[in-house]
Amino acid sequence: MARSFLPISDFGLSKSYRLLPFRFRRLTNEEEILVNECGEFLAVPAGTAARVIRKQLSPNDSLYATLKAKHFLYDDYSSPLLDVLAAKYRTKFDFIHGSTKLHIFVVTLRCDHSCHYCQVSRQTVTKGEFDMSREVASAAVDRMLESPSPHITLELQGGEPLLAFDTIKYIVSIAKSGAAQRSKELDIVITSNLAFLTDEILEYCRSESIKLSTSLDGPDFIHNSNRPRPEGNSYQLAIEGIKRARRALGFSQVAALMTTTQLSLQHPMEIVDEYVRQSFHTIFLRPISPYGFALKSAHKTGYEMQAFLDFYRAGLSHIFELNRKGYNLVEIYTKILLQKILMPEGTGYVDLQSPCGAGLNVLVYNYDGDVYATDESRMLAEMHDHTFKLGNVLTHTRAQLFTSPAFVALIQAGCNQSLPGCSDCAYQPYCGADPVYHHATQGDMYGHRAWSGFCTRNMSTIDHIFSLLLKGDDDIQDILWAWVNDCNLTEMRAGLPQ
Amino acid sequence: MRLHTAGKALNFRKPVLGRVVVEPIPRGMRKDAILVLSSLTESAPDLDGYAAIVVSGKVGDGATSRPLVHSVRETDHLRPGYVIVIEPLNGFVRTLYRPDSPHNTLFATERCNSNCLMCSQPPVDKDDVAALTERNLRLIELMSPLPEYLCITGGEPTLLGDHLLDILKKLRDITPSTDVHMLTNGRRFAWSDFTSEFAAVGHPRLSLGIPLYSDDSRIHDYIVQARDAFDQTILGLHQLARHGFETEIRIVLHALSVKRLHHLSEYICRNLTFIHHVAFMGMEHIGYAPRNMNELWIDPVDYQEELERSVRILARFGIDVRIYNLQLCVLRQSLWQYSKQAISDWKNIYVEVCDGCAVREKCGGFFHWDTKLQSRALHRIPPC
Repeated sequence: MARSFLPISDFGLSKSYRLLPFRFRRLTNEEEILVNECGEFLAVPAGTAARVIRKQLSPNDSLYATLKAKHFLYDDYSSPLLDVLAAKYRTKFDFIHGSTKLHIFVVTLRCDHSCHYCQVSRQTVTKGEFDMSREVASAAVDRMLESPSPHITLELQGGEPLLAFDTIKYIVSIAKSGAAQRSKELDIVITSNLAFLTDEILEYCRSESIKLSTSLDGPDFIHNSNRPRPEGNSYQLAIEGIKRARRALGFSQVAALMTTTQLSLQHPMEIVDEYVRQSFHTIFLRPISPYGFALKSAHKTGYEMQAFLDFYRAGLSHIFELNRKGYNLVEIYTKILLQKILMPEGTGYVDLQSPCGAGLNVLVYNYDGDVYATDESRMLAEMHDHTFKLGNVLTHTRAQLFTSPAFVALIQAGCNQSLPGCSDCAYQPYCGADPVYHHATQGDMYGHRAWSGFCTRNMSTIDHIFSLLLKGDDDIQDILWAWVNDCNLTEMRAGLPQ
Repeated sequence: MRLHTAGKALNFRKPVLGRVVVEPIPRGMRKDAILVLSSLTESAPDLDGYAAIVVSGKVGDGATSRPLVHSVRETDHLRPGYVIVIEPLNGFVRTLYRPDSPHNTLFATERCNSNCLMCSQPPVDKDDVAALTERNLRLIELMSPLPEYLCITGGEPTLLGDHLLDILKKLRDITPSTDVHMLTNGRRFAWSDFTSEFAAVGHPRLSLGIPLYSDDSRIHDYIVQARDAFDQTILGLHQLARHGFETEIRIVLHALSVKRLHHLSEYICRNLTFIHHVAFMGMEHIGYAPRNMNELWIDPVDYQEELERSVRILARFGIDVRIYNLQLCVLRQSLWQYSKQAISDWKNIYVEVCDGCAVREKCGGFFHWDTKLQSRALHRIPPC
């Protein structure tokens, strides 16, 4: 008994459609981009958004089917699948799950360097009263382990934390035993200039599986100028430290970060090349933070965001050339944004999150026990602005820290979904909210996007990334996808049609 | 490769399954054995205790009281250890299990709740569920040595309901190390209570293959000839993922599915993030497909660009892509690395133009029925 077939007309077309939340932005005169609530995007001819919104699409249009499948619109036949949109949304915001993951301990304010952009008021090398006490350390470790997250990162920084090596050892020992008791995974990183790296310290890091993170601002003339030491040898110490640390701990256990100063702006190629010379495979082209000494010494470090963006694009295009030639080098900020644009998941990067990463995904414990939402908020405190002090580990419980007026204010201003200038921005799903930045630069946590360096940087960077994704040649595309997939260009290509 | 033959049935009313033996074996071991002989006359063997007897020669009534099929056209393909079933009504002798083949299947039912325009094995509306379940449960007991891989197919296996759970439990208990892959349209898994029961069986090595033909629900529903099928399959895929099942998406390539193929690929990446395997399959020219060729036919050479674009999207996303049933001379060379020879050993052949082709050994060839409608791009690839 053969069955018969139903004609296509038996499968219903909706008479009307409704819009799901999406945003849009004109990229060029010819092209605009539509972005839905979960960050899925569609590049379309200019004028398309208006047609969609005015309900001028016909259900027979191919674009109609595409927008429906991508959850930009829904119709009479969509309802069961709105659950899928909810699942996608949940996936995108999974970074919130588990609450604070990164816990930064300022074990001492002492430092031997006198960097122009330093974010804290440095203390001389011998002043012991700026070290974290055992009492504070113990209470801070308790607050850290009270975080519901099953996987915690403990970052030990300063000042120069290796000047307080005994304090580090104490914190690590109690943090490890406490984490084991609570069955939490614990990663430990020391952020150091490596000037005081001894064999004893290296052996300790090796046996305790501690990673090292350091600063490398570029070749010697930039690094030494950005990061002065009385002996003028900060570059040499950093390079020697990196080499020794890699030998002792393994190559992947040592990371470097750069900060861009006025001097750096003139030398994107040289800085990138220095990272290659030191065999690094990641580089983070980072603008200076408008905090701490950076504001005071604006004549030496300060610059317009536009100048930084020129530097970033020049550096990035040089990085692409290196990748093309076979050297695997990833620009971290670009990679983070690509993950947000191309992947269903969110990222753990705290500076580009909404709700903001401050407090929710990072907490800072100062040497004196004061708890801040971010490292930047602690720097403001060093300049006598205590707006983002949530409390003190000796007197406040975790619940009190997270219900403090400072935290509540922060979160209220920390969701770009509801910030003026952000709520209707096409790039909102890719961007974050940074109340601390806006407070520091505009005196207002909510801030005004029109003269926000944060906004300028991210709009321009995301515009640039879209131009690469939509117009870049095959090499560029493959490089970008290799970054997202954590592999090199050769490996990426091996998996693609060729 | 022959999988069935027929003769005249005697002495039984229900199908009998057994393992083929071609030499007499001791009495105590005969319960599960079907003795295959050329004739009964020569040595007048002792036939007591065998599950059944299959004889190529003619046997008169009363020669034995054991279940018997005689006058069987061919018996050469019935090798020792094969599991066969003999059927009382028509004397069919079907091979159900071949331990020396990597392509063994459990055929669950001929019924289906979809009616795909290009179905290679069109559904039959008869209630075969109880009988086939009984046969499959017995087959699982008889498989020896146990298979490394087994495919559950149909029809639509989930229509078995509780019977499917019985089959999975038996596989779990008897052959837990066998990789079991079930081909299903996934619609039934939209119902969370069914999916929960299915998952509760706890089969350790069960994966699923589920077809998806368009990101446009209307086109998918039309292709499978069932309203709401797209919604059900998508929800089913999510439910299965929630229970930790590994699922492969299977896409049959024809004019209707190829049209939005790269959109479908993007849809899979963003909406089915738990999918790690996607298989593209050239359409088979059998079953319903010839009847619907006006709508379905596109020369595979004409969709290579769209296929390559789709593969690139999926591969960039880290999804493992395979292409089946497209000859290498038709498939764009950039896609050869994804081509797999999965045409089952009993149905792939080569045609005249394949003689002397440099890549014949790497090519899946044809289903024999596909030789009727060939791509204009078919050609011999000369040695380089």
